[in-house]
Amino acid sequence: MTDRIEKSVFLKAPRSRVWRALTDAEEFGSWFGVRFPNQFAPGAQMRGTIAPTSVDPEVARTQKPYEGRAFEFVVDRIEPQKLFSFRWHPFAVEPEFDYSKEPMTLVVFTLEEVAGGTRLTVTETGFDKIPLARRGKAFEMNEGGWAEQMKLIEKYVAS
Amino acid sequence: MRPERVFAALGDETRLRIVSRLGERGRLSIVTLTEGTRVTRQAISKHLRVLEDAGLVRSARQGRENIFELDVERLKEAQRFLERRSQQWDSALHRLKRFVER
Repeated sequence: MTDRIEKSVFLKAPRSRVWRALTDAEEFGSWFGVRFPNQFAPGAQMRGTIAPTSVDPEVARTQKPYEGRAFEFVVDRIEPQKLFSFRWHPFAVEPEFDYSKEPMTLVVFTLEEVAGGTRLTVTETGFDKIPLARRGKAFEMNEGGWAEQMKLIEKYVAS
Repeated sequence: MRPERVFAALGDETRLRIVSRLGERGRLSIVTLTEGTRVTRQAISKHLRVLEDAGLVRSARQGRENIFELDVERLKEAQRFLERRSQQWDSALHRLKRFVER
């Protein structure tokens, strides 16, 4: 078990194309499956609603029952062609529950130009609520570091 | 299930150490859990309460002391949550791929 999710994918498209798909609110919404009334900007609170994706009919079908439900995130950083990040409540699944005081995770997209296309990496961190600054230190500790502990836990969970 | 409580409870080095000791050694008392640490028994007791509230740890009275044990099911739930999350990202990136490559 880890508190970090990291995914990397090769996209056969120029970096500028990927950048637009990520940071243009309408384009983002189109593949992700959400509709936003305003554009992304650093620090902007995005309040959108779930709207089935246009690119995958199967996923669109699973999103359909949730259509119109609130979908929110707070834009963190926008570094043109390089990095786009936002914070959201990863546990926001029960509509009647107030998540505003719950911890948020940080989602970071980074783009890299590679031969024939773009390498896109997405990470989601902060499930454990440890501030990133402290986490670095925790990793450096000889014992009791977070990563080490999670390995231990994984062992018990697997058994 | 409120996975954020499990993750928040695990977001502390002392509590992680307690969880890993309980995982390794099974059922332990506060006295045993305090041994070999620089943390007071009162502090350990407080941490155990947080872990109990999150459902990660169960306690039972045995003679004059409380014995604590890990509820691995909660850890599994947290792990399953991360796995689901991971699959959701796979699906989202797959959609993005279709979107930019068409």
